[in-house]
Amino acid sequence: MAAQTLFEKIWNSHVVHEAPGEPALLYIDLHLIHEVTSPQAFEGLALAGRKVRRPERTFATLDHNVPTTDRSLPITDPDSKTQIDMMRKNCRDFGVRLFDLGEVEQGIVHVIGPELGLSQPGMTIVCGDSHTATHGALGALAFGIGTSEVEHVLATQCLWQARPKTMEIRVDGKLGLGVTAKDLILGIIGRITTDGGTGHVIEYRGTAIEALSMEERMTVCNMSIEGGARAGMIAADRKTVDYLRGRRYLPTGADFDRLAAQWLTFHTDEDAKFDRSIHFDAAAFAPQVTWGTNPGMVTAVTGKVPDPSSFADATSRRAAELALEYMGLVPGTPIADVKVDRVFIGSCTNARVSDLQAAAAIVKGRRVASSVHAMVVPGSQLVKNEAEKLGLDRVFREAGFEWREAGCSMCLGMNPDILKPGERCASTSNRNFEGRQGKGGRTHLVSPIMAAAAAVAGHFVDVRDWASN
Amino acid sequence: MIKPLKNFTGLVAPLDRPNVDTDQIIPKQFLKAVVRSGLAKGLFFDWRNQPDSQFVLNQPRFEKATIMVARANFGCGSSREHAVWALADFGFKAVIAPSFADIFKNNCLKNGILTIILKPAETDAIFEAIKQHQDYRLAVDLPAQKVTDDFGWSAHFDIDPFPKRCLLEGLDDIALTLMQDAKIAAHESAHPVPYKF
Repeated sequence: MAAQTLFEKIWNSHVVHEAPGEPALLYIDLHLIHEVTSPQAFEGLALAGRKVRRPERTFATLDHNVPTTDRSLPITDPDSKTQIDMMRKNCRDFGVRLFDLGEVEQGIVHVIGPELGLSQPGMTIVCGDSHTATHGALGALAFGIGTSEVEHVLATQCLWQARPKTMEIRVDGKLGLGVTAKDLILGIIGRITTDGGTGHVIEYRGTAIEALSMEERMTVCNMSIEGGARAGMIAADRKTVDYLRGRRYLPTGADFDRLAAQWLTFHTDEDAKFDRSIHFDAAAFAPQVTWGTNPGMVTAVTGKVPDPSSFADATSRRAAELALEYMGLVPGTPIADVKVDRVFIGSCTNARVSDLQAAAAIVKGRRVASSVHAMVVPGSQLVKNEAEKLGLDRVFREAGFEWREAGCSMCLGMNPDILKPGERCASTSNRNFEGRQGKGGRTHLVSPIMAAAAAVAGHFVDVRDWASN
Repeated sequence: MIKPLKNFTGLVAPLDRPNVDTDQIIPKQFLKAVVRSGLAKGLFFDWRNQPDSQFVLNQPRFEKATIMVARANFGCGSSREHAVWALADFGFKAVIAPSFADIFKNNCLKNGILTIILKPAETDAIFEAIKQHQDYRLAVDLPAQKVTDDFGWSAHFDIDPFPKRCLLEGLDDIALTLMQDAKIAAHESAHPVPYKF
């Protein structure tokens, strides 16, 4: 058989039907749903008198609009409450397992999939959410879909998909001290731009990728969509198997070993060809800070706010001017001189235990600057429980951070956690679009340790200066 | 099920920005809707509701636009189909840009909105023509894969045969999939659910 990429192996083993001139009908192993992009899909099912074809391959959580304050209090926003109640009713009516508020499995959909052992290597995974690419870190083909496609998967457990192109992003060498997976992916997006991966599935490879922990790999794959790619993936290895062993939904003993042996067959063959290949040297990346209104508008913390006139074409110049106007930034300002009002450590990009550990190590024994309001929102209840077992909640609280319940929170501000107009936030989330964290809010995307350091200093700092002493 | 898309001629509204993301097309507060209808009020809400906003859709001359022309990577970001529902509810039938984000493009197809990919020089020509002509209109001919204006300018666009057929015939793709039920069932019996419940 011809040499195949990881993507091709998963794709080919999931094509149920294919005819010339048509997209492939692809079988979906795991369908994750949440309260915001599913109501209209269930409505469509009900109107057509259809059922959920495979409830045992469908799992629901509440994450996008849930409050992160005391869970014993009622939800005050009536629209959020309607959506949450509707999710509960739809799951009851259609026989879908819901991880409800108050249950230990509840959390951000892209945090709980891997941590519960639902997401596995070699699988096709979809969710009505663009950050579904996260699950690709386990060696799965995972991508975001719209609500009509959610309805289609609920009804048929399949999707019509045109075959995407393949793109290899190889990163060799070693990341420097204080340079994280977040800096790596932000740096990559800055270089390939926000539509560099459009139409492609990215496979991240190379020694720097292999060296990443599973949670770091999730951070990298998570932001594939910010580089335009619907999916990003990293082949499963021993680290993946060790990560998954003992997870709640996985079988144990010989059954697990059989699964694990299958997982390890999903890797790119030596002579396989990609449609595009890009190579980077890990040592070339520094801690990153976004300065504009899309994730490709990013620079090193040692850099300056760029001058729009430095951009090559008129469209980019105009886009940079509009971005700086929105962000309230002056060209030439050193990034380290930019002050922040808020710090948000959370989201499906950076709210796992290792993210919180790294941030806590920075704030331990220090205080959040008096001008800064800082909060930590764990990615899931399991993350929260584990972090509390490690005493991280105390470290954050003693430093002046708020310690919250799990959810998407201020990543997209659908719940009460939002920026006020003009407020500037160092955020570990994935999007710095205008108004993303609240109308008029100004978002700078950074790593958890960069966010933690900014909270203490009140402005951006090169965390490498702190990491070394 | 979507309505078949017939040939039409429409007023063109220019949105001269690259990387227009779905957070701009419809901000978060409108994502709390539980139905697909009535979302035009949320379309480009923040840009339309700034003080003295000169945003294109606030200008009376573009109120009746059914075609939008924009710059590259239109519809990037969140998978929210609400963005497409809002465009459709406002009256848009087609969006023209040099490139579209993948999920947005799929969502458009599911709702009978045509995404037309033209070369940057061709979209430049449309932006320029709108400056020169008060009621600049384009005729969209999907079977011929062509857009034409009233002044003799035209451009060809590519579209895959399957989405083209879906748009022209208004196919119900769930019904189409269920025709393959035996193959789906065969795949399922060969691949047991790998979970412990």
